[in-house]
This record gives sequence, C-alpha cells and structure tokens, in this order.
Amino acid sequence: MTAAVTERTPVVGTPIDRVDGRLKVTGQAQYTADTPVEHVAYAVMVTSTIARGKIVSIDTTAAGEVHGVLKIFTHENSPRFTQPESDFMKAIVPAQTLMPMQNPEIVHYGQQVAVVVAETYEAARAAAARVRIAYEPGHALLSIDDPKAQRTKPEQFFGSALQTERGDVDKHLAAAAVTLDERYTTPTQFHNPMEPHATLAQWNGDKLTIHEPSQWVKGLQNYVAAVFNLPLEDVHIISPFVGGGFGSKGFSFPHTILAAMAARDLKRPVKLVLTRTQLFEQTGNRPRTEQHLRIGAQKDGKLVAMDHASTIGTSVAGWFVEPSGRITPMLYSCPNVRISHEAAWLNTPAPGPMRAPGETPGTFALESAIDELAVKLDIDPIELRVRNDATQDEEEKLPFSSRHLVECLRLGAVRFGWKDRPRKPREYHEYREYVGYGVACATFPGLRSPASARVRRDKDRFLIEVATHDIGTGMYSIIAQVAADALGVGIEHIEVRIGDSALPPAPVAGGSMSTASVMPAVQAACLKLRENGANEAEASTAPGDEQGRYSFHSFGAQFVEVRVDETLGRVRVARALGVFDCGKIINPKTTRSQFLGGMVFGIGMALMEDGVFDPRSGRVMTDNLADYRIPVNADIGEIEAITVEHPDFLLNPLGARGVGEIGTTGVAAAIANAVYNATGKRIRELPITPDKLL
Amino acid sequence: MQAFDLLQPTDTGEALKLIAQTQDAAFIAGGTNVVDLMKCGVTSPSTLVDITRLPLDSIEVNSKHIRIGALVRNSDVAQHPDVIESFPMLSRAFLAGASPQLRNMATVGGNVLQRTRCPYFRDPAAACNKRHAGDGCDAFEGYHRMHAILGTSDACFATHPSDAAVALVALDAIVDIQSSSGSRRISLDEFYTLPGETPAIENDLKPGELIVAIEIPRGRAHRHSTYLKVRDRASYEFALVSVAAGLEFDGDRIDAARIALGGVGTIPWRARGAEEALVGTSGDSAYEKAAEIALKHAIPRRDNAFKVELAKRAIVRALEMVRQGQ
Amino acid sequence: MPQLKLKVNGQAHSVELEPNVTLLDALRERLGLVGTKKGCDFGQCGACTVLVDGRRVLSCLSLAMMHANAEITTIEGVATNGSLHPLQQAFIEHDAFQCGFCTSGQIVSALGLLNEGHAHTDGEIREAMSGNLCRCGAYSNILAAVRQEVRRAGI
Repeated sequence: MTAAVTERTPVVGTPIDRVDGRLKVTGQAQYTADTPVEHVAYAVMVTSTIARGKIVSIDTTAAGEVHGVLKIFTHENSPRFTQPESDFMKAIVPAQTLMPMQNPEIVHYGQQVAVVVAETYEAARAAAARVRIAYEPGHALLSIDDPKAQRTKPEQFFGSALQTERGDVDKHLAAAAVTLDERYTTPTQFHNPMEPHATLAQWNGDKLTIHEPSQWVKGLQNYVAAVFNLPLEDVHIISPFVGGGFGSKGFSFPHTILAAMAARDLKRPVKLVLTRTQLFEQTGNRPRTEQHLRIGAQKDGKLVAMDHASTIGTSVAGWFVEPSGRITPMLYSCPNVRISHEAAWLNTPAPGPMRAPGETPGTFALESAIDELAVKLDIDPIELRVRNDATQDEEEKLPFSSRHLVECLRLGAVRFGWKDRPRKPREYHEYREYVGYGVACATFPGLRSPASARVRRDKDRFLIEVATHDIGTGMYSIIAQVAADALGVGIEHIEVRIGDSALPPAPVAGGSMSTASVMPAVQAACLKLRENGANEAEASTAPGDEQGRYSFHSFGAQFVEVRVDETLGRVRVARALGVFDCGKIINPKTTRSQFLGGMVFGIGMALMEDGVFDPRSGRVMTDNLADYRIPVNADIGEIEAITVEHPDFLLNPLGARGVGEIGTTGVAAAIANAVYNATGKRIRELPITPDKLL
Repeated sequence: MQAFDLLQPTDTGEALKLIAQTQDAAFIAGGTNVVDLMKCGVTSPSTLVDITRLPLDSIEVNSKHIRIGALVRNSDVAQHPDVIESFPMLSRAFLAGASPQLRNMATVGGNVLQRTRCPYFRDPAAACNKRHAGDGCDAFEGYHRMHAILGTSDACFATHPSDAAVALVALDAIVDIQSSSGSRRISLDEFYTLPGETPAIENDLKPGELIVAIEIPRGRAHRHSTYLKVRDRASYEFALVSVAAGLEFDGDRIDAARIALGGVGTIPWRARGAEEALVGTSGDSAYEKAAEIALKHAIPRRDNAFKVELAKRAIVRALEMVRQGQ
Repeated sequence: MPQLKLKVNGQAHSVELEPNVTLLDALRERLGLVGTKKGCDFGQCGACTVLVDGRRVLSCLSLAMMHANAEITTIEGVATNGSLHPLQQAFIEHDAFQCGFCTSGQIVSALGLLNEGHAHTDGEIREAMSGNLCRCGAYSNILAAVRQEVRRAGI
C-alpha cells in the first residue's frame, strides 16, 4: 500500500465515467450473440399459433429440404425435462411453470413447439418458416372477465403479504366525511430490452458452458444444473455484458434448456437468438391490472380508510402475479387499510417481474387517487401528501430506517416551480396547448441479500470478482469505486470481473438490491486483504437482525409539466423532475442515468405502451417495436433527476440503497395528474393516447 | 426469409426483360418493404431483380414540373431545394415518415408501392383476404385501431401506410411506367385501386411493369402547403391520421385548395369534395365544413371510430397551419 | 455460391454468401464484425445502423450482395488507431449509454447525422436521432453528446 493514502480523495460519491465505457462506445463489449465460437450451429425456434389446444401433427418435410439443416427438434423427438420447483431462497427460479416441448399440449400463443438447427442462420430461419403444424384449438381463456378462467387469491409475493387488512376498513369508509371510489387500469406491458434473449450452449464432455444475458447467473446455473441433473460445478454461466433486462432476464427460461439440449444432441455448440416477436411471446411481461381504489378522508385531508383491490391477469403457464397493492399499506399514514389481489389464470404468455413490479402500476392507481382526493378537497396535492406522511411503517409496525419523502416533495416543489402551477384546469393555454403540472410519490423497497466477493492482488493491480451483474446499471463502475476506496488506491489499479457463475455468489440483479448487497461484500473483502497484507481475500456479508427491526424503503417525488394539444389529443411531457431519497449515492453520474432512464420508462407507460392481445387467437398483436411503442428520443423533453442524500447506515455500512427501479414509479400518475390539471380530463386507463382525449 | 436468386441488371431494358421472363420474380430497390415482407413470410419470390444500378435516380426541374426518378431516395427528395420551395407538403411528408436511416434507403418508387402495416396481413397464420382471396379477414373482429375508415369494403379495411403518397396524390402526381412492351402514364390517384372484393389488387401496375419516375406538375395551391401527422409518439411511427393541405388565396378568399388524407384510407385519400367546398370561402368555419365533407362517407368501426373526429380536426388544423404560413 | 467483395472500414473482404444474407448478418456472422447489433431484425430499432458511402442505413434490411461497391463503415471503423473519435469521447463523458447495446447504432447514426448537416437545435437533433431506440432511456445524455459534437464540428 502506498503512504499517500491519507491524501487520497475518496472516489465513492464522485461521478466518474463508466469504467466499461470505452468497450461500449467502440463496439467491443461482448454480448452473448457476439461470442466467437468455432463450428457453431444456429438454432431458430418455431412457436405455436394457437393459445390453447393441441398439436395434431408436425410435418418437417419441407423444412428438412433446406440445405444446411442439421436437425429439427419437436416434442416427438426431444428428451423429457421437468421444471424444478421454484425456490427463491435457494436461488432457483424458473420464469414459468411450463416446460415446453414435452407433449402436444399448447397453453399459450407463442409457445415453443420446435427448434430448427442448421449450419447457417439463414438456413435455420428458412427451415423454421417451413415447419407445418396442424393444431386442434380449444377454448382459450384470454380475458380477465372470462367466467371459465380460474381465479385465485395469492397469499404473498416474495414475502410481501397480498391480502391484508388493518383496522376496520368498511366501517371507516362508510363513516368518512369524503370518499373516493375509482377504478384504474394499466395494460399489459413488455420489457423490450434492446438485446434479445439468447443462449450460446457448449458441451465439453458432461460439462456445460452457457453464454446468456442474465440478471442472475447463479440462479440460471442452479436451474440448468437441476434440469439436466448435473453437479453445479459442471454448469458455467457467462454473462459479462447484458443488453438491458428490466426484469426479463432474471429468472430462468426454457429457451436455455432447448439450446443446451440441441447442443448436447448434435455434439456442437448451438447459438439460439430469440426474435423480437419471441420476446413478446416468451420472456415475461407486466400483466394487465384492474385496480379498484376506495379512499375515505376527513375534510382536512387526513386519510381514515383505504381499500385497494386488484385483479391481475396471469398465465396458466406461469406463476407470477403483479402485486399492485403492495405499497398502499406503507406509503401513507392511515389507520384502516386493506389490500387484496385476485388473479385470473389465462392462456397468455407467462408474466414476470418488470421494473418495479407492483410499485409501478400500484403508484399509478394510488397516486392518481390521492390527486383526485386533493382536487375533491381543494387541497394542494403536495400538502395532502405531507399531511398524511407516515413516520413509521404502520403495516409492519416498524420505524423506517430512513424516510425523507417530505423533503423530496418540498425540494422538488421549489426546484420545479410548483408555485406557478395552474390553480384550476384549463387556466393556462399557450399556443394551442393547455399546460398542467402534476406530482406523485415514488417508492421502492430497500432490499438487501447476502453476497460474497473476492479480491486478488497482482503487484499493484487488484482484481475484484463477484457473480453480480451490470445490466446498464453501472455495477462495473461502482464496484471499482468501492474497491478503490477500501484498498486506498487509484481506480486505475482496479479490474472488475462479474457476470460469471463461477465467481463468489451474489443475488439477482432485481429488486434493486445489487448495490446494497454487493458493495458491503466488496468493501469487506478489500479491507480484509489490506489488513492481512495477503494477495487474496474473500468475504461474505449478509443483512442482520436490523431487517426485523426497521422498514427499509427508498422514496421520491415525481414532478411533471405536460402540454396538451387537446384538439388533436397530443400530450407531451415538456419538463420532468425526479427527486429521490436512496441513501448514499456511490456514482452520481450513473445514478442520474438510472433515474432518468426510469422516468423515460414511466413516460412510455403513461403515454404510449399498450400490449394488445387478439381476443380470439390470443396472439400478441403488438409483437414488434413498431406496433408496441416505446419512447423515441423526440418524446423526451427537459427531464432531470436529483437526490437528497441521507446515507442509510442501518441497511449496510456504505449507507447505499438501490436506484434501478424507483425512477419509474410515480411517473405515470404524475403525468395523468398533470393532464387533469391541464385539461380537466381525468384518464384512469393507460396509456393516455389521443383517442382518449378527443 | 427463403432462399432466392438475385439478378443485378445495369440497364432498364434488361431489367424489364428479366422481370417478364423470370417466373416468380420481383423488383428490389431500397428493400425496406420487400426484405421486411420476405422476413414476415408474406412474400417469397424465387428471384429478386435488383434495380438499384439502373439510371433512374435523377431529378429534373423545369417550369412545367419536377420529375423524380423512381430510384431517388426519400431523404434526397425531402431535401431537394425545389421540393422544399415549390412543394413543401411533399418534403414534410417524406420527413414525417419512418426514420432518417429508412429515408436514406427507401426510394420514391418503392414508397408509392408500399404495402399495408395491418398485423393480420403481415402474419401468415392469420386470415387475410389480401394475401389469399376468400380466406376472410381477422381484423374485423380483432385489433383494428390503426385501420381505415375510408375506401373500405367488407373484404378489407387495411390502411395505406405511406406519407409521401398522400402528398403526391394531393399534388396530382403522375406515374411513369415502363415495360418491355412500351411505356404509359397514369395519375397517381387513378393508379391506386380500392380493395372492393379484390383487396390483393392495390394498384394498376401490371406484371412486367416498372415505375421509372414520378412527375409533379406545377399548378395551384402547392407552394403554400404543409403536412400534418398525428401519431401516438413523437416520431418513427405510422400515422393515426395525417393531412396534406395546400391553399392559394386571392386576398382573403381561397382560390384553390388541395387536401389529401393519410392513416384513414385504404388508399391515399384525395378529398376533392372538401377542396371544392373551400374555393371562394374565407374564414375558419369554412374549414370545418370542408372537414365534414371529407369524412362524410367514413365507416367507423369499434376500435378506429375515433379517427373520424380526429381526421376532421386534423384537416382544420392543417388548413389553419397553411393559412398561418406553417 | 457467388463471391462477394465487401469494403468495410477501408478494408476489402471476400466472402461467399447467399443472396438472402442481410448486410447485418454478413458483418456479424461471416466477417466477425460483431460491433453492429441485431435488436429487432425488421428495421424498427436502429441498433444495426451502419454507414454506406457515408449515409446511415439499416443493415438488417439491406442485402449484403447489393452492397458490393459500397464503402461501409461500422462502429469498428470509428476510432482511428486506437484513438476515440470525439463523438465516442462525448458519449463517455455524458454517460450517453447504460447497457450499451444500442450504442454502436447511436454513434454511427450520429455520424450519419453529422454528415447530413441538417440538425442543429436540440429539437432537430432529437428528431434526427429518433430512429435509434434506447430502452435504457439514455436519450437526454445522447442528445447532450451529439449536441456537443455538432457544436465542436461546427455543423
């Protein structure tokens, strides 16, 4: 170690350029489909064109005639596999319950029914289009309202209770001075990371190496080992760069198994890249929610009762239910609160976690409802929220480890110019557009899991290794920053290796938990190495009993100015400001990007994203990037994100909470609230498209 | 996309001979529509005749017209000084379409021949009368928010997706066509055919024929013109509704008008009745009357009914914009 | 099978490939130039943007065999002798990417924008970059990086 340590400025907390930046801007960052491999064979999947029924026959004659085809796998000639039991604590979570290609049964449109493998991608693609499948369709359950769809009341979502009540909601709703009773709808949404899911599978004897863009390399390793009945050390998942995930690359998918199966059978490496349409059919989605919110309040705005009931579409092929009521018992102070969730099991592609699952649609409903209440009571929407601020988690009956929601609202109000907000709808008209301001709360849990990290020294260079993930979040950089400070060296001496299941374990890059989980392990390993003067050190860290003594959440406030050309129904977000309370910020530059990216995600949800199914065939009609509209550059105006920094040392020694998902929460409500402020029109069904404003 | 042969003639005559003599052959220029549809599995010609080496990419400007070779790229038409000055609705229509990359690839000839974005047409597993006569149409009971309200039939109501073609139809453009047996000209408006009972037939182009140029005669109400496109996001998106509008004034009164609609017709929709109603009028109420006339025969359906009102408002807005010099 | 000569980043390559190979797949799978990405394969996302004779186009809708005489520029040809182009440097400085998958397309598209010379204001740059989707939502920073280069290059 150098003696200049005491003069050194910490690099944690500084906005350094991403350490993987050069690789990304030169096209040298290697994603799964870029991996060079000798003698690779190309796989293309064929998927079902009915939502329910069975395969009557498969004719591969024409497909087999394409020059270069090696083999066509179907349920008729493929080995049998079983989906393992899902166990999050054991780090094994299949994305769906269905293992396809085991029998002729079809349970959703786009179900994998064949895999064509060929010498070239063109041959595989051409042959796949020639596979002729005859189906016997059955009655597909496609609507939440279909009386034949099974309905259940799921108990919990990763430890969060989904059917809860405190106090006596019905009694206090009935007696409340003012009540609100409204329904809010969010459509099916699709993640659409820019990088399609892909698998490159290579066998070496009985050892399997898989390149796959993954938000959870350990989870995928456990899954593949279980399905193929292999010892863990014989399965290696490699994922150094992930072209976006947003939740769609966290759990384990059947396409990985199909690619590995083909590779084993053909004794050749197999590369399978999903088509964009297959992403819509196979890699999860945020399911449609229909939320019924009833709120009772006093005339001064104090909440006395809230009932948040959600109906969610889910899939018979999956297990995931969107927990849209989740934040309602926590966000505000209210003595009587009930949340309930009912799931309708449909023949749709299996849903999965998508950026702030639960919080995203839940804040749309709750924060719209609170705004409607503010309008009804003629109380400023920020004041109403401040009046109902919770000083403890009233559901868990625990103090918050750290909560600065009011500060976010107040600071944002000043920075945004909230005082210039139109007092009444339709008051401010400028050059064909009505102007409106809206505000909403943002929130996301502050989760932390166990993690391990290793540091190795070679002269003056240090290699940090963790099986964690950078999906655009900046993990490469913040690990380097934390390590550099813990070791007391310049960041140029640090190399980071992640995205590899052979490295010390870390949790899924989901639930915004990576920073809070991994940084303590990295810091501990580096401090250990420094203390021992050794060339290698490893450390494992985990949350302790503080988990049972505090409630950990991040908070924020979303401010939006919209300009509505009401004649043509056009809404644009002219300005947006997010103010966030996420504890200590390790890298302000990458964090700001995460917040802004989350806000763009929310703008898409509010104004344009709409997953539509054909009511008869069950096909995702919006199954491509022209018909499923995500924001383009021209959709984004002046948006900014700032933080209030209060390190949360109760969560971990760095005081840092995650930042990846909170940016999306509250945006859609802020926009809907702003549209109301501009036009007097309250839109409760997303997206807010021109036809809804005419 | 299935395998195919690629022929690359350098001479128009040779290209015409090849297309006439080769079974199951199609032309390819920019490829933005052809390659797309081949990847969808909607078309699979066994031979593609690449016409990008033919000398059909010049623009001729004179006092009577502007004549644009069929191979001129969308972006080049959009940025041509005479187009910007004399036919601004056309420049803006091109710039409103697709993305910069696609505009650099796509040709004006291909743009005019562009096929519908209807998701049932683009899906070989769906029933579509345009792909196979008599198969039925899955859009009627399905998802048809983007579909047409004008020029529809019981067999098909898919929207024509082009922006430029809307402006070209408003400008009385003429299509120059060649084949091995000669050449002919036809107005673009007459070139398009309504789906009727034969939605597979979209235009007057016969087998063996090639569009070689689009000619726009100079006339009235084209210098003061604009193109308004309403869509669900700010760019890189097909129209919900679009309007190409041009006006010529004599003092306060409208002397000549051009109006054509996109996003609402099975073909680019020239609204001549609306134009006639505007001549001799002044003031905004005339715009609303014209819009009513333009949409008089619209047939709304469950998911696209909003287009009737939106189209009327877009017409009024476009005329206001022209009046105000926007 | 026909032999095709492709000129990429100033270098001539000779490949044997079928007519139904797109320029994108030729670059990635036949020439090993994997910097250009396949995001959608249907011309709807812009990740596959390359320059053909200085003009930005989508390689996924281009047939390789139709580009025999063209000068093709991919992301691999943007830096010179290991020195980053100022635009690449601007992208790093402004954090104009997150996951990085759309970045090659954004950068090459921006170079095309600079060649076109029509985008000067923020609104014009945003519109001119709208053919490149970014699900990570790095648009504000992409604008900042491209704007910086538009100014520096005196466009």
